Amino acid sequence: MMFVPGNNPSMMQDAYIYGPDSIMLDLEDSVTMAEKDAARVLVHNALKTIDYGKTEMVVRINPLSSPYGKKDVEAVVSAGVDVIRMPKTETAEEVKELEAEIIRVEEKLGCVGRTQIMAAIESALGVVNAYAIATASKRMMGIALGAEDYTASLKTPRTPEGTELLLARETIVVAARAAGINCFDTVFSNLNDMDAFRREVEAIKALGFDGKSIINPRQIEVVNEVFAPKAKDIEKAKLILAAIKEAEQKGSGVVSLNGKMVDKPVVMRAQHTIELALASGIITEEEL
Amino acid sequence: MAKELNVPVYEVGKNPNVRAKVSTPRPELQKQASKVVTLEEAIRKTGLKDGMTISFHHHFRGGDKVVNLVVDKLAEMGFKNLHLAASSLADVHRPLIEHIKNGVITKISTSGMRGALADAVSRGLMETPVNFRSHGGRALAIKKGELHIDVAFLGASSCDPLGNASGYSRSENAKSICGSLGYAMVDAQFADKVVILTDDLVTYPNTPNAISERNVDYVVEVESVGDPSKISSGAIRDTKNPRDILLAQTAAKVVINSGYFEDGFSIQTGSGGASLAVTKFIREKMIEKGIKAKFALGGITSHMVKMHEEGLIEKLLDVQSFDMVAAESLKNNRFHKQVCANEYASAEELGSAIHWLDMVILSALEVDVNFNVNVLVGSDGIIRGAIGGHPDTAAASALSIVVCPMLRGRIPCVVDEVTTYITPGDGVDVIVTDFGVAVNPRRPEIAERLKAAGLNIVDITYLRDKAKSIIGEPAALPFGDKVVGVVYNRDGSVLDVIKNIDDTNV
Repeated sequence: MMFVPGNNPSMMQDAYIYGPDSIMLDLEDSVTMAEKDAARVLVHNALKTIDYGKTEMVVRINPLSSPYGKKDVEAVVSAGVDVIRMPKTETAEEVKELEAEIIRVEEKLGCVGRTQIMAAIESALGVVNAYAIATASKRMMGIALGAEDYTASLKTPRTPEGTELLLARETIVVAARAAGINCFDTVFSNLNDMDAFRREVEAIKALGFDGKSIINPRQIEVVNEVFAPKAKDIEKAKLILAAIKEAEQKGSGVVSLNGKMVDKPVVMRAQHTIELALASGIITEEEL
Repeated sequence: MAKELNVPVYEVGKNPNVRAKVSTPRPELQKQASKVVTLEEAIRKTGLKDGMTISFHHHFRGGDKVVNLVVDKLAEMGFKNLHLAASSLADVHRPLIEHIKNGVITKISTSGMRGALADAVSRGLMETPVNFRSHGGRALAIKKGELHIDVAFLGASSCDPLGNASGYSRSENAKSICGSLGYAMVDAQFADKVVILTDDLVTYPNTPNAISERNVDYVVEVESVGDPSKISSGAIRDTKNPRDILLAQTAAKVVINSGYFEDGFSIQTGSGGASLAVTKFIREKMIEKGIKAKFALGGITSHMVKMHEEGLIEKLLDVQSFDMVAAESLKNNRFHKQVCANEYASAEELGSAIHWLDMVILSALEVDVNFNVNVLVGSDGIIRGAIGGHPDTAAASALSIVVCPMLRGRIPCVVDEVTTYITPGDGVDVIVTDFGVAVNPRRPEIAERLKAAGLNIVDITYLRDKAKSIIGEPAALPFGDKVVGVVYNRDGSVLDVIKNIDDTNV
């Protein structure tokens, strides 16, 4: 998910050519008070006029408690955004409040249920409430960590190793998995240290995250490389899926490969591998 | 006997055509060599007259001091109506505007022009149109006499008193290093008179050299031939612009999957951010596949040198060293050779290296739906570039790849018709943009290979339409009726003309 400031037309115009899975147009922290209105109009028109192709479009709105939040919801829902990212989410009630606001706009437009929600968890309270937030709405498609505000709320500085983020990261992954939704890690802002970036992406993938937030197209390749399944894993997954098909055709409930029974977790991991391989374009539907 | 055979007989040491044996110490003798003169003496001795053609090279790029120094002197001496034939001109040559207004220079031939001079020319400064030729086209025109040079004034980074000149120096006084003197070598060979200007007069013999004393008439020692900081950068830094990286990655994929990326291939790239990054990606793939290139041609960069020193590129054929690392490599690496512009890119010499070139990666200001390319005149109608070796390499290479964003800000780069024809579309095979790759319908086999490799192959008209859908239809340019430039094809025929821009009412 690539962050693009909502007040920068030249970046918004063709951010999709770099091939991120999703683009997050930002109305919150990257837009100054003086430009909130202009950015909202710009984002609305960008969503309506630019053909972003298959890229999932996310907009980070201002908090509903601010004077801009509700106007933001109206502008982006009416423009057909895929996902609204809610900043600094701390409680399930806040999510429900956003959902009500979305429904109000959708009802006016006659498209109820179209807009999904992603919640950014950026404080100690938000981490404590992670599961409640993740399950607050059936529109919730994922939760994400916002590390800057979170570490500030912990009263600790950020370190290159990210020790201070460990609990939040693990909590968010567990909450997302328990709720059956996605989880996304925070941004990495030092563009000059691509090796450190790669190490961080590898680490958060190992923790279980589904993706990484990025701030520059140069980071896309690294994320894709780390998250793309390895060729031998894909081959193995294909075999397992073939075995499932075979078992289904035989009417057998037990899946076996090379004479060994395949456990449910292994099947699930194989399915996940194939989904990732499809998403990253390593294999195509026809090849399956 | 001699009388019967009708051959002249001289006493020993009296043949005027054979230099007599002298016993003066060598360094002393060299100082007395008649070739070393002042600039004014050199000009007088060459017999230069009003209306004649003088030539210059552009190896000192934006740091060049030779053109301005010589033309100032010519103006001071009262010359008028001269034809200035440079291999290219840069923004540093803006003082020429005054010399044109005063009638010292009345005609210009060049490969390109930038800055204030180009702006003034585009607005109708000169009565006679500027002649634009490619590097190969210029070399061929000089050889065939279509562009006859009366006196060549050639800057050199080092030269001995007899005229052996080089673009680098092995002396401690080295000041202005440029590397290859490829473009100047043609002038030295074919001009009636040749004057070398140098800021590093070294002792004989200055070898290896680009220009031999056999072709040199006078040597002038000057304070400085160029500003080193503007001649070339040190090691060029990799681009961090995401768009350039995307373009480079795509271009590299085209190279790798083109069918020409096999052991022993040859390649040429430009010096822009995207071109340099292409080299980087190709290098990684060469290591991975375990293949090597036979040679790299044209403007040589530090990236090429690195690959040469790593053994990935066997030979470097250098017509112009793009940076300091390349200039140093020319001096030190045995298989880094400088080639003259005819050897590089002449259309009528089968022996010129472009005819053995597999792939070339080029840039563009504009491309059109018929694959024609413009690298000289901006979309605002103002001259702002140089033809360089673009049409030569595109036409002669097995595969030419033009890399160009679909839009530059609000300016579309894929258009219905280019503002000025520079490289005809029949020589342009692949156009790489940030919105997709277009393959010339003349090369269906290339399109097939690239499609199979998963590249986003689109019709060129799709790119034009996409550009239009984003920024709309640009207004027509306010061209006047005066022809300010003539563009020559690489074979010497006229390809296009450039009209003046009259934007007083815009």
